[in-house]
Amino acid sequence: MIMPLKETNTDFEVRSLDAMCINESELVHPWWFNFKYLFAGIIFGIILVKAQVISWFRIQEMFRLQSFHMYGVIGSAVVTGAISVFLIKKLKIKTIYGEEIKFYPKQFSKGQIIGGLLFGFGWALTGACPGPLFAQIGTGATVIIVSLFSAVAGTWVYGSLSKKLPH
Amino acid sequence: MKIVEWLSQPWPWYIAGPLIGLTVPILLILGNKTFGISSSLRHLCAICIPSTISYFQYDWKKELWNLFFVTGIILGGIISATILADPNPVQLNPALIKELQGYGINNYEHLIPVDIFNWQSLLTMKGFILMVAGGFLVGFGTRYAGGCTSGHSITGLSNLQWPSLVATICFMAGGFIMANLILPFILKL
Repeated sequence: MIMPLKETNTDFEVRSLDAMCINESELVHPWWFNFKYLFAGIIFGIILVKAQVISWFRIQEMFRLQSFHMYGVIGSAVVTGAISVFLIKKLKIKTIYGEEIKFYPKQFSKGQIIGGLLFGFGWALTGACPGPLFAQIGTGATVIIVSLFSAVAGTWVYGSLSKKLPH
Repeated sequence: MKIVEWLSQPWPWYIAGPLIGLTVPILLILGNKTFGISSSLRHLCAICIPSTISYFQYDWKKELWNLFFVTGIILGGIISATILADPNPVQLNPALIKELQGYGINNYEHLIPVDIFNWQSLLTMKGFILMVAGGFLVGFGTRYAGGCTSGHSITGLSNLQWPSLVATICFMAGGFIMANLILPFILKL
């Protein structure tokens, strides 16, 4: 049996900068424990493709109010997520390793408006948010590798300019 | 096999949406991980090209789970396009098809329009704007906003964070502006 180790928490501040999706486990596991997230990702990828969420056409329908599909997907995902988060807090559900589940409030910044609009432009152009970019590549649309590299470049440029941009 | 055929059909929103929503508690319960995909792009920067930028100076090994997750998404895409492939064209609103045919988009066999998303068109103005500029805006915008559809619209809203609601409204506003007011000119190129 592998005993979880305690670790110090030094660079959490840097990682949580301008990021919604950072969470900190106090446990340190061997790297191959991450394979459970690979499995979760496979299931998630299959859902994205089979529900056609990765379709450029479906995204165009959404932004033209021509189909309820995407609104149904996102809306019911939020409702399910909200009920789940409520239950986790209410019942004090712990992780499978017995850790307390933590939630971090998100600070408001102007980036959510400016960055949000810019991402919206990109979403309508590519027909994909970051998750679907990965899934599209998997379905054989190899040219989307270029879009993914471009998205990494966009992230890098943001990182290099972040101190100069309004927040 | 019956079950494979059944799974291969397009999944309705009321199946897919709740399953996507369940990703939030599943990742939390598996190990206190917050569902969010655009962060993976930042970790790739931190691993490959951190330079001296403080924004990329952190211990990315703690966020390796995120890269395992997105690798899984690619594998899920492969499985969906092979074992679970659906031979039928995408069922779209006829109004959209009518509009897109005006721009020379005639192939509806795939989830993405292969008429404009392909290696040859990458060097045309239209293809460059759609794939390269579009990808750049996705990367830059999500990081500036601090999250994407998964991090803000699903995780953030699930936790009733109002900044995530602001972000989601701006994602949609940007998409509406681009798709209705700007994209028609790009597709005409």
